Amino acid sequence: MHITETAPERHVLTVTVDNEAGILARIAGMFTARGYNIESLTVADVTEDHAISRITIVTNGPPHVIEQIIAQLDRLVPVHKVADLTDIGPHVQRELALVKVAGVGEHRIEALRLAEVYRASVVDATTESFIFEITGAPDKIQSFIDLMRQVGLVEVGRTGVVAIVRGKEAS
Amino acid sequence: MAEKSGADILVDTLVDQGVEVIFGYPGGAVLPIYDAIFEHPKIRHILVRHEQAATHAAEGYARATGKPGVVLVTSGPGATNAVTGITDAFMDSIPMVVITGQVPTPLIGSDAFQEADTVGITRHCCKHNYLVKDPAKLGAVMHEAFFIATHGRPGPVVIDIPKDVQVAKGDPSAAPVSSHKSYRPKTSARTDEVDAALDLIAKADAPIFYTGGGIINSGPEASASLRRIAELTGAPVTSTLMGLGAFPATSPQWMGMLGMHGTYEANMAMNRADLVICLGARFDDRVTGRLDAFSPDSTKIHVDIDRSSINKTVAVDLPIVADVGDFLEALCAHWEERQMERRDLSEWWARIKGWRATECLAYPEHDKLIMPQRAIENLFNATRGHNPIITTEVGQHQMWAAQHFHFDDPNKWLTSGGLGTMGYGLPAAIGAQIAFPDALVIDIAGEASIQMNIQELATATQYRLPVKIFILNNEYMGMVRQWQELTYESRYSSSYSDALPDFVKLGEAYGWTGIRIEKPEELDAGIDAMINTDGPVIVDCRVAKLANCFPMIPSGAAHTEMLLQADEVSGKMDDEAKALV
Repeated sequence: MHITETAPERHVLTVTVDNEAGILARIAGMFTARGYNIESLTVADVTEDHAISRITIVTNGPPHVIEQIIAQLDRLVPVHKVADLTDIGPHVQRELALVKVAGVGEHRIEALRLAEVYRASVVDATTESFIFEITGAPDKIQSFIDLMRQVGLVEVGRTGVVAIVRGKEAS
Repeated sequence: MAEKSGADILVDTLVDQGVEVIFGYPGGAVLPIYDAIFEHPKIRHILVRHEQAATHAAEGYARATGKPGVVLVTSGPGATNAVTGITDAFMDSIPMVVITGQVPTPLIGSDAFQEADTVGITRHCCKHNYLVKDPAKLGAVMHEAFFIATHGRPGPVVIDIPKDVQVAKGDPSAAPVSSHKSYRPKTSARTDEVDAALDLIAKADAPIFYTGGGIINSGPEASASLRRIAELTGAPVTSTLMGLGAFPATSPQWMGMLGMHGTYEANMAMNRADLVICLGARFDDRVTGRLDAFSPDSTKIHVDIDRSSINKTVAVDLPIVADVGDFLEALCAHWEERQMERRDLSEWWARIKGWRATECLAYPEHDKLIMPQRAIENLFNATRGHNPIITTEVGQHQMWAAQHFHFDDPNKWLTSGGLGTMGYGLPAAIGAQIAFPDALVIDIAGEASIQMNIQELATATQYRLPVKIFILNNEYMGMVRQWQELTYESRYSSSYSDALPDFVKLGEAYGWTGIRIEKPEELDAGIDAMINTDGPVIVDCRVAKLANCFPMIPSGAAHTEMLLQADEVSGKMDDEAKALV
């Protein structure tokens, strides 16, 4: 017998939660317990009194699984609201990456030139290395990192995606 | 207001919540709480013999009364032993508040004696949990926990309290809340949803009500409304294992249980229906059989208080997130308001009559051996007048009880459905008997399951609880053996109950009355003796050893592919079916 799976879709979810101990474990653990995927997850408190956190989760799965993920998140007691930005429509996704590149000569010059094209800024430099800071949509970050691989990539740190809907309304 | 210790604040909130009974087991990390309840005038503590039993007793209490069950156990092993019962309550949506002791705050994370990460361990097997680090917040957390356990889809809530928090003092008046700041589950159906459901019911030629434990959880009013709407529509009613008793088995509209060991007529009706009205049930795999063949031609209405139950396994046409009792009440009211007329379902009932004619629950009688089904049937007939509360363990005996014991009222059938926990029945019976001291409470058990919490015989003795245990003893883990016959050509790998104790002597050693029934002619006298003996009684009823539970939908099969009798078993299955549970 073989195990078959249906084609997944990528969805960006924002989850508004009480900023309390264990909340991240509760959310992340629900994903593992039920076999859902997490591509990226970011969290920080977002209200003046630090009582509410906003979690952005990029996940993937077939449509019925996405519906279940939202419902399962929604039934957790500290969860106030779940929004599926992919479903809602136009939204901005941003991610930040720190990219360390080492090399000399042509590679070094090429790295700097590409960074300029991608509007990445240099946040640290030695005679043999740079650290670039780049922000943008996840695919832009990915293509920058792919290019850097060819000119001496050493290390990458990515924040994961944060996202927000376009227009004046809240999601 | 004067400050109080965490332990006193805790006990005060239990009293405020109207808690009369808690089930527990003491230990180092809960000693301050035990001291606070020592000779407390209002709270009765039932000392079990194992923490798992405390949770099942609380479940039995909750299921029989509709009130939340309360558990108190110590840190470490106390908490980990409780995990099975917490998970059981989570799967079956039983309201429960579990208080666990924890090592003192400064020692958390240091691998202290009897330390376990209770909040971490229970995070995904309870509805919500807390680690309380400030006695002043304890009262608020306790009230919130009761609110969460009993609102929306009920479930267990765990409160982990470090020992220093139990001892330290805090201002109890700092916590006047009685709900949760944001948790407000939707419980009422919208008018348009109710009307849409009525429109579908009004034009259905072959409707069926598929009801579940949600009706019981919603309260006796939900059962009353179900009876009313069934009467108004004239439609057949089937139920899951968890929903038995919500609709009277004596009604001609009752189809019996559906699913893996449900009746042929219930499963065929589900398969051929043009409208399935699912009320407080969740399309569990034990109910649906093979999903792509489940009720293929029906429009489906699903009413559930938990949004995540909807479209989880079966896509439905009209999803309604609501308390099923509220929904049914509105449905009946709208039916009458709109002066709807009952549709002629005589053709549908004629087809049902044809399926009923297979008499799927019939079984071969034997003159020398007690057939287990016969034992249940006679037990049912002998106890009818007593309106008994029945608990079960898990396995063949549980399914036979579900098939051959019939219920007319809710809260009389306590069984572990979702998790399928062997060892549930005896402690659950103890919990129910505590709530209803004068009721006839019987744990229908198997000889294997009963040994999983056999130590609770002592609890019943200590509190003089007249619990009855009726063991269908076939010397096998019968359901395991049945599956081995179905799938593995009868290779009985570890399914024989070897080295069984003498249950009569065992019961007597604990202060119970023991009765053994070995021959068919002893059956009725043995049952009568059990009923008429004061105090707890354990009955070792020796039944036909190799009897199996039919009808049955084998794994991976459709409702229309039921095995009605043992001669249809081939002993082999393909890998797809083997991989299913």
